[in-house]
Amino acid sequence: MTDRLELPDTEWHRVSPKYIVVDVVGAIITGVILVAATSIPAWLTDIMWLWAIPAATALISLATIAFVPRRVRSIGYTLREDDLLFRRGLMFQRFVAVPYGRMQLVDINRGPLARALGLSELRFVTAAAATGVVIPGLADTDAEQLRDRLVELAESRRAGL
Amino acid sequence: MSDSDIPPTPDQPPTPDQPPTPDQPPVAQPPIDAPAPAQHSGLTDGQWHRLHPATPLLRGGIALIAILGIIINTLRERFVEMFVGGDGYADDPIDWILREGYVGYALGAIAVALLIFIAGFYLSWRMHTFRITNEVVEVRSGILFRTNRRGRLDRIQGINIVRPFVARLFGAAKLEVNVAGQDANVQLAYLGSAQADELRRDILRLASGTKRAADQASAGANASANGTGSFIDQRVSELLSPELDPNLAPPESVVKMHTGRLLGSIVLNDTAVFLVLLIIASLIAAGTSGQPLLLLGLLPLIIGMGSVLIARFTKSLRYSIAGTPDGVRVGFGLFTTSNETLPPGRIHSIQISQPLLWRPFGWWEMKVNRASKSSTQGASGQQNTTILPVGSLDDVMRVLALMLPGVIREGALDQADEKVALEKVALDGGSLETDALETGALDDSSLETGALDTGALEAAGLLDAGVADVSAPAIDALLLLRNGLTSRGGDDGFVNSPRAAAPLRWFSWRRNGYAFGPSIVLLRKGAVWRELIVVPEPRVQSIALTQGPLERRLGLASLLLHTVAGPITAKLGAVERTRALEFFLTSSRTIVTAASSDTSHRWRSGEDPT
Repeated sequence: MTDRLELPDTEWHRVSPKYIVVDVVGAIITGVILVAATSIPAWLTDIMWLWAIPAATALISLATIAFVPRRVRSIGYTLREDDLLFRRGLMFQRFVAVPYGRMQLVDINRGPLARALGLSELRFVTAAAATGVVIPGLADTDAEQLRDRLVELAESRRAGL
Repeated sequence: MSDSDIPPTPDQPPTPDQPPTPDQPPVAQPPIDAPAPAQHSGLTDGQWHRLHPATPLLRGGIALIAILGIIINTLRERFVEMFVGGDGYADDPIDWILREGYVGYALGAIAVALLIFIAGFYLSWRMHTFRITNEVVEVRSGILFRTNRRGRLDRIQGINIVRPFVARLFGAAKLEVNVAGQDANVQLAYLGSAQADELRRDILRLASGTKRAADQASAGANASANGTGSFIDQRVSELLSPELDPNLAPPESVVKMHTGRLLGSIVLNDTAVFLVLLIIASLIAAGTSGQPLLLLGLLPLIIGMGSVLIARFTKSLRYSIAGTPDGVRVGFGLFTTSNETLPPGRIHSIQISQPLLWRPFGWWEMKVNRASKSSTQGASGQQNTTILPVGSLDDVMRVLALMLPGVIREGALDQADEKVALEKVALDGGSLETDALETGALDDSSLETGALDTGALEAAGLLDAGVADVSAPAIDALLLLRNGLTSRGGDDGFVNSPRAAAPLRWFSWRRNGYAFGPSIVLLRKGAVWRELIVVPEPRVQSIALTQGPLERRLGLASLLLHTVAGPITAKLGAVERTRALEFFLTSSRTIVTAASSDTSHRWRSGEDPT
């Protein structure tokens, strides 16, 4: 009964493995900040058992970092005839199907680290805020090609709201 | 239709003494007919027009009243003296002016101030112009800071006519054209009351993309007949008459709001019950501790919540809903009235819910998700998304028939009532053994329609004979909707959760399910707080399928239909894994076809020109 969700006959485009670096660095930074913040009470009061809190935080952060490669590998997208399929998540799996005609705009973002590695993040925005299709870790040229392709597809299948 | 079809507006200098500009040609596009030359309201000819002359007074009305109040207050003594006599109120500014002989200057200053005021009001009125073409509605306003707002007609989400109390006395109304987006409204405040109704009809006609221009002449004659009679008579009749102009809408609201039911629904609200519990708790606390001052702390809360409840009551009191060729018309309000027309296809999802306390009475509430957020007072808050504050099952069905015109056809309802009742008999007859055990006190009266012991076969025979002229899908949709509301689960056309979902949906797993109607998706949830969400397929923005660790262990998954933001989230959890996958794969295809065949942005463009 522990079968994972899987769509039949779907070839997924995966994101660049270099994105693992970006995600790991991000996770390390948040982990360090969290551990530092949670250890403040222990520093101030000198109560021994309070150190358990930063220790637990550190453990959770490490576990998160350990799963980053698998989580990044779980991100995928594919262009079907009439819609864009997107998936992500390991523990909490999420599949989204967005018809091209529903596109309101496409965003391309680059963070500092991702830019150094030549990666971009593509955001597909519809009238529904909950759609939340964000494809990270695309090579710059791929992202631009994908954007142009999506705009072209949306143009040919334009729908109202 | 792309933006490029709109001719660029020549940047006109905002000279106030300009006549309705001749250099604005009425927009005539090849795909859409030019507006008929003899239009009745005369405001939709693509020229710039001005608003009601009393507009500055109504907008600045409160300030004016305040200034008057201050003046009267400060000169109170003088007035008293003037009429009653008595010893003078020495040494106020007026005495000083009289003594020093500055009367001329004082009068001059007042005159100048008045002139500036009047000139300002007049200028702002002159500068506030609007025009309506085949493609857009556009408003220009402001003296120093010019604003120019333009809304596309095929993106209209609703047209709201608000009549604030003071404006109603003047026979003026505010017309608000809502287009999709946060605070994206084009406001025409204020127009003549009758003019606003006509203008709304004309805008809707233009927006509908209809090829007919015929149905105007008759309406014109009617409206001009309205104009006779004395000014006072007209004002009074406008004030007292119901919101719906009989010429412009079918006069009958399909739902009648009973005062008792409205009162009951508000009293039996979760908030009201919470309030009562709180009062009881604090009474006990005050009693036992012997400190009655504790009660004082409650006062602000009671006042706040009480005023919310009272406002809800007065707003819903004259609720009306009616169908027009250009969409559903919903009216609210007692003193300040608002009356909104929602064109077809502007409702993104519908939620019909029943709080536990309403169940003994069989009351339901309906909410909708819409793409526009109205910003005006009269239409804001609860009323904006609540399409039916409280209603019986029949009321809900009638409102649904208005909002889903393609799904439930006109006339199908009455005939279907019969058939549904018969089918209920058939259904209940078939599953009598299982149901009889479960028929508890909570059961709805509608479930018990007809005699249960009538044979299922007999009922099925009647069924075929009775209703031949109503198409089967329409009735199936009705049955689905009805089951979605009141059925307790089982084999009723819905795909329900498996028994494995019981740990996640303790009481409702039998009822927790989805169904496909004709171009609608139905999500049914909740056994205690019953809820049905109806999402029209052409309005779905995207579909998501999610699974958390707990659901994975139980072999379940969740479904989400994304629509524009609103009070409703169309999410259904704890669906069997394979069923959820099936739903995801089929509906991701159907929403594409539904969206591509949808023409509701120009909802009457498909009609034959007759």
